Parts: sequence; C-alpha cells; structure tokens
Amino acid sequence: MSYVPDIHWGVMVIVLPLAGAVCCFLWPRRAVPLGLVTALGIVACVAGLGWQVVEQGAQRYAVGGWGAPLGIDLYADGLSLLMLMVAAVAGLGISVYSCGYFHRPDAKRDKAKHFWPLWMFLWAALNALFLSADIFNLYVTLELLGLAAVALVALAGGADALTGAMRYLLVSLLGSLFYLLGVALLYHGFGSVDITLLAERVEPSPVVWAAMGLMVTGLLLKTALFPLHFWLPSAHASAPAPVSALLSALVVKASFYILLRLWLEIFPFANAALAQLLGLLGAAAVLWGGFQALFQARLKMLIAYSTVAQLGYLFLAFPLANVIGWTGALYMLLSHAVAKTAMFMAAGNILYFGGHDRIVDLDRVVQRLPLTITAFALAGVSIMGLPPSGGFIAKWLLLEAAIRAAQWWWGGILILGGLLSAAWVFKVVGYAFTQSEVPHETRTVPASMEWTALVMAVVAILLGLFAPWPLALLEIGSPFGRENAG
Amino acid sequence: MSSAFLYALVGVGLFTLGLYALIVHTHLLRKILAINVMASGVFLVLVALAARTQGATPDPVPHAMVITGIVVAVSATALALALMLRVRAETGRAELAEESQE
Repeated sequence: MSYVPDIHWGVMVIVLPLAGAVCCFLWPRRAVPLGLVTALGIVACVAGLGWQVVEQGAQRYAVGGWGAPLGIDLYADGLSLLMLMVAAVAGLGISVYSCGYFHRPDAKRDKAKHFWPLWMFLWAALNALFLSADIFNLYVTLELLGLAAVALVALAGGADALTGAMRYLLVSLLGSLFYLLGVALLYHGFGSVDITLLAERVEPSPVVWAAMGLMVTGLLLKTALFPLHFWLPSAHASAPAPVSALLSALVVKASFYILLRLWLEIFPFANAALAQLLGLLGAAAVLWGGFQALFQARLKMLIAYSTVAQLGYLFLAFPLANVIGWTGALYMLLSHAVAKTAMFMAAGNILYFGGHDRIVDLDRVVQRLPLTITAFALAGVSIMGLPPSGGFIAKWLLLEAAIRAAQWWWGGILILGGLLSAAWVFKVVGYAFTQSEVPHETRTVPASMEWTALVMAVVAILLGLFAPWPLALLEIGSPFGRENAG
Repeated sequence: MSSAFLYALVGVGLFTLGLYALIVHTHLLRKILAINVMASGVFLVLVALAARTQGATPDPVPHAMVITGIVVAVSATALALALMLRVRAETGRAELAEESQE
C-alpha cells in the first residue's frame, strides 16, 4: 500500500448522513439547509467512490484497520456502486421534494422536525447496507433500515398509518430474525461471516440448506414477494408522500440486494427447482399486483400495488440465471426506483391539491396540475415498459435472457404485466381529464414539489437512452461473471 | 448429545414457539412478546453453538453478535411498544384492525 492520502469515500457515504441526522436532530430549525447540504454531500461522495471504483476496480476497506475475520469490512464493487447511485439519485430528489412537502404553510412543524433526522438515518443505513461485506453487518443495517422506515411511516399519524406501521414493524422484525438464525447456522458451520470467505468455504450440506431456507424466507418477507406482500400496500400507501416514495424506491430493494448477493456468492449451487419457484412467485406477483392495482379506488393504494407487481419482475431473473437476466433485473430495479419516486411524488401533489386521492374524483387535475400529470404519465411510460424508457430496456434484457435460457414463457409474463400497468395508467390519466360531479376545495401546490416530480420522471425516461453506462458499471468486480452459462 | 447441542435445540424450540404465538395471538403486546421470545431463541442458538469443542474456550465472536442483537432487540421493542400505545390511542384497541376505507 502506498501512503498517498486516499480519501475513503465508502466511509464518507456512511458517516455523512449519520452526522447529518444528528445535526438535523439537534437544530430542527435549520433542518432544511442541513438536510439539503448533507444530501448534496452524499451525492458528491458517491460520485467520488464511483470514480475510485471505475479507476481502481473494486474497493475494500477495513474499518479501524482490523481486517476480515474480526473487524468490519466495507466492500464496493459495481453492484454496490449501482445501488448507492440509485439511492443517491432518488434520495436527492426526495430531499428536495420534502422541503416543499413538510414545510408548506399549513404543515405541522413537528412532522418536519422528525422527518429529517429519520430520513438521514435511513439513508445512512441504506448506504452501509450496500457497502457491507459480511452477513452479520448486513443484519444490523437491515434492522436499522427497518426501524427508521417504520418510524417514517408512523409519521403520517392517523389509524391507517399507525396500523400499517405496526404491521410493517412486526413483519420486518420477523424477517430479520429468520435471517439472523440463518447467519447463526452459517457461522457455526463455516466459522466466518465474511461473504468472500463464506463463498470459498460453503459446500452443500443440510446445515447450509437450512440456513439458506431461513435467510431466503426472511428476505422474501422483507422484499414483499407475492404471497408475502400483504403488509406492503397499507404501509406504503398510508405514509407521507416522500416516505412512500423512498419506501417503494429504496427500502424494499435493499433486502432484494442482500438476497441477490447471497444467492450469487454464497449459494451458487442452489438448485434449479428453487429458482423456478422464485420465478413463479415473481410471475404471480406481476399478475396479482397488476390486477389489484387496477381495482383500487385510491391513487396511492394503486401505486403501492404496482410496486408489488414491479418487484415480481426482479425475481424473473432467478430461473433464467444468466448474466443478461441479472442485468435486466437490476436495470428494472434502477428504473423502477426512479419512476416510482416520480409517481408517488405526483400522487402526493394530487393528494395535497384536492385533499383526497380518490381516482374517480380526480376532477380535471390535468388542467390544474399539468406538470404533475405529465410526471405521472412519463413515469407510467417507464413502468409500462414502453420505449425509450428505462423500464423498456429492463424488459428487453429480461426477454432476451428468457429466450437465451430457452424459457420463452417468461416473456408472456412481461407482456401481460405491461398491459396491466398500461390499463391502470390510462385509467388514472383518463379520470384526470374528466370533470367530477362534486366540486372540491383546492390548495396551491408548491412549485418545487411539481418540478421535482417532473425531473424524476424525465430521469426515468432518460435511463432508457443512457443505458450502456450503468450497465458497464455492473461489470466491475461483478459477481455475475462467475456463472456465464447463458 | 452434548449440552451445547441441547441448548441450541432449545433455542430452535423457542424460535418456533415464538413464531406460533406471533401468528395466533391478536393482541399487539402478545405479538411483541412473541417476537422477543423468538429473538431469545436465536440468541440461545448463537451462544450455544459458540462452544465448538467441549472444555475448550468458547468462540467469542457469536457472543459479540448476541450483544449487538440484544441492543437491536431492545430498540425494536421500545419502538414497537410506543407504536402499540399510539395505535391503541387512535383506534381504541391494541390490535391490527383491517384498514378502514378512506
């Protein structure tokens, strides 16, 4: 090692939001500037880490200089970097949106006071999770993430939000305990929690199967894969709009990320039947979530069910098990995160504007909130998977992977899921044009909220045009390279 | 059968018992207690399996994990209890009612 002072960007992306959270908690009156500066700082640090990873390859950093068997290691490769970037882009958008949302003239001050520290803690947990190199540290970050997320849902107040938050907390703790029991078994069997060491040592045995079963179950519960999605719609729909956005865009993806890492690195010998099962559940989620979304009366509930459907697509990559499939799933994750952020922001604007989010009473919002409806429609284009959006690229990659793996029938699911999404997007947009029978009182939506939603939606479309660049990132220190059996 | 293995089995038993209670009971306090019993089960498994060979000094790493786990469990329980009180104040019952429409 040379003694050139090389800034450890990986540590910075965790320490910065933690410091930001403490500062926002100590000086609630200054929370908005503090929060925004922290958000920009995190984006800069992620960019710095990205530069480092692109220039020098995957990075490993031993916190406190202790090293792998005893200490905590941070590890950044292309996959972690991509996840950090998704969090940075969506996180910056959500931070800007929250300035308008929580600081409107009629908003309650104490909500803003609690929002900023919790959101910064959540961001710190997310970043730490994406950089963790051992399965126990993943457990700790997963719990931190869950606790912050639950508190943010409860912020909305009211019976629905509190019940949703409570159910979410119980499910989240249950999932974590399943995962922790799996960690205990793996540590007992192989004497390490480090992912790299485990990857070398793990061999198929009954203990490993048990550990895998427990960990996969726990993570599926947290990722809300059908039929374990029952907790998601109420928690996501009843939260304040920026919180719904960050839950759907980022929090559910974190447990998917852990599942992906474990599946590829520690359990590469997992049998095909289990992968097919995950694929089938994913397909069921796409169809069930799509149908449920179509019949929802309230906009935020509809968008929450669409998250259930979109999460299903991620699992279609498991039975395909080729590099293109994994890339497609990750691109789906990326584009869904951005598009869903835009969509929940648009829903938040509509809810604020009319005081309700009943779809049939949207009452010509297209004339009164043109930017918001444009944002909703553009995000809808990406979620349906029409070109040139990010969602299109993701579905295209998944389709190609399905054909290469000689399992073309998954392609049918992609098409059906797209049609269902199209149906509900057009339903909402249709009601946005029609006049409602009962006139409603309306309030002016702050311009920053409208513009943030639009910018996020445009980013979701642009992801389709600039696809090669994020895809190239995935090849750095990629865990996918190992199993090239396309 | 070594005593460590027996303890680990008891841990798995507690985990299962807690899971059962979590599913069947409706009162939130019972659910929170059930989660705590499950967590204790996992901790017992971790501690028990730390003694790899009889008589030798146990592996300290799982103990460190348990301490971290207890910290997490305490904070989670605190949050859960606070939420339970709020749910009760809002709905009048400490249970997970179905969603009200609107």
